[in-house]
Amino acid sequence: MTATDNTTRPAPDRPATGGAGAGATGRSGRVRRRSPARRLRSVPLYLAGVAVFLFSVFPVYWMVITAFKPVGEIFTRDQTVLPKAPTTEHFDRVLNGQLIPGVNFWQFLGNSLFVTVSAVAMGAFLSLLAAVAVARFRFRLRTTFIILLMVIQMVPMEAMIISIFINFRHLSDISGVELLGNLSGLLVVYTAVSLPITIMMLRGFVAAVPKELEEAAAIDGAGPWTVFWRILMPLVAPGLVAASIFAFITAWNEFIVALTFLGRSTDHYTLPLTLSYYFGRFGTEWGPIMAASTLLTIPVMLFFLFVQRRMVSGLTMGAVKG
Amino acid sequence: MAQTVEPATPRGAEEPVKAPVAEPAPRRRTFPTPYLLIAPALILLAIVLLWPIVQMVWYSLTSFTTRNLLPNQPGPAWNGFAHYRTLLTDPEFWAILRNTVVVCVLMVGSTMVLGTLVGLLLHRLPKWFSAFVALGMMLAWATPALSASLVFRWLFLPERGLVNVVLDRLPDWLVGGGWLNYNWFLEPLSLFFILITVIVWQSFPFVAVSVLAGLKSIPHELYEAARMDGAGAWKAFWNVTFPMLRPLFALLLVLQIIWDLRVFTQLYILANSFQNKDVYLLSYYIYQQGFSASPANYGMGSAIAVVMTVMILAVTAYYLRIMIRQGETR
Repeated sequence: MTATDNTTRPAPDRPATGGAGAGATGRSGRVRRRSPARRLRSVPLYLAGVAVFLFSVFPVYWMVITAFKPVGEIFTRDQTVLPKAPTTEHFDRVLNGQLIPGVNFWQFLGNSLFVTVSAVAMGAFLSLLAAVAVARFRFRLRTTFIILLMVIQMVPMEAMIISIFINFRHLSDISGVELLGNLSGLLVVYTAVSLPITIMMLRGFVAAVPKELEEAAAIDGAGPWTVFWRILMPLVAPGLVAASIFAFITAWNEFIVALTFLGRSTDHYTLPLTLSYYFGRFGTEWGPIMAASTLLTIPVMLFFLFVQRRMVSGLTMGAVKG
Repeated sequence: MAQTVEPATPRGAEEPVKAPVAEPAPRRRTFPTPYLLIAPALILLAIVLLWPIVQMVWYSLTSFTTRNLLPNQPGPAWNGFAHYRTLLTDPEFWAILRNTVVVCVLMVGSTMVLGTLVGLLLHRLPKWFSAFVALGMMLAWATPALSASLVFRWLFLPERGLVNVVLDRLPDWLVGGGWLNYNWFLEPLSLFFILITVIVWQSFPFVAVSVLAGLKSIPHELYEAARMDGAGAWKAFWNVTFPMLRPLFALLLVLQIIWDLRVFTQLYILANSFQNKDVYLLSYYIYQQGFSASPANYGMGSAIAVVMTVMILAVTAYYLRIMIRQGETR
């Protein structure tokens, strides 16, 4: 009964915030009185919100703003919040110069994009297949497979890095295809790493699609492929987007595997590796370092902001409603 | 992520009549479709991620060095538990292990508390403002670990870093003097402080957004009832929110522990060398043994990796228990 009451009301949405406000309204009995009191009470909340916002944004802001400061404003004790004479010289140097002798920025960007996008695409495809199997079929190895995914997802790359490195050394020797010192090994590792989490996320989305829909389509004469593409895919797409973003960001930021696999083959460096290499060589050149950091961040940021709503709702669906 | 919170209540509650009809049809197909569907993923995982775990244990029991990787060289020789004996009697290793655990606990604790508080805050704020704050949090969340570490190194840089400059300008009676030239990156305490800050900065948005999503799923009547029983915000949290979100919290906790135990990139940038063993964490030690020590000692590195994996598997076991209890594996 209380439930129906609640749904018809516009939901005060503020549970348990003390009785003071309620008492005041009760006495006056007018709705208008309530809102100033409420607003006053929510001032600390707004302030806390602003504080969280500033805490989150400031380091990013500082990175970007440093990238636009001329050298003179970086090498000084008088750090200003805004650049007095903004310049793009650092970006110019990063984009048109050579962060690592002989290789320019665009090649590193290309390396990063290639390996990330390919790994995400392959991972999403393989995961979708596996997620359908797990969500829609009962089979003997199902539970084992799920537990396996959960365990693999947990064992960190940092612990396995030595044996993975040696494993790929051996795989290269066996197959005759060099997997270290170029992007092919990275591609394989990134794809594999994206699988457990993507499968687990997608599984929730596939399971959330009502079977009745598929059955109705099947009754209307749709084959398994039609059901998959016309019924399942559109409904699972938000989950696929969310999971792919997750995988993209993981792969884009990945560092330790690239560090061990690529070694000295600077031609094949991904962006994070390039940046770390440059920092190791020219650790005091904060202008270019911050400019390159900004450039490394921008794609992730745009992606994030562009699909933010979808992603949060995607995570929410996967996380909360299963 | 956490297909955890919901135990299928909505469907059952809405259509109790249909349920018995729908139930006897969980598809029991005997032909190999599901196996074909999982095969590609399974094979890839087995080769790339499972086999190395087995190898890791094997290598830790051998004297595996770079030499054994060269062509025409014999394979690594069996070494028994020599590496483990060395480790367990080495005070340096124990110090690194202790630091790893302490730093991890601090990171996880701060992230969970801050994340939960922000999640509760976002839930209370009006939609437009909570979206605005969430937008800012996305920036922290989205910043690559490497960029974040570099920015924090720049912020805390001796002589020119903003933090040092500001601390230096503040009155001495408040913060003490001599901040301008203070080098945060030399001593373990200050370095770990920055490391923890970077990690918390990057991971609290995920916790906050997850908690927010969880909060939205709690039926409002529960809070109404709690309020009628005279519960304040604090009591309402512990008696309504926390029990309702317990699975989510457990999951977030486990994930944070595992993510924070493995921290490497941030430390790699902040410490910026392998000179100072005092600032090592386990993952850093593994990498150092395998790729920075000369000659590289794969055997010893693997032994440390096994120790780390055992720690993580212990946490994972707890995670699996939650998952199995909730029927996630069914």
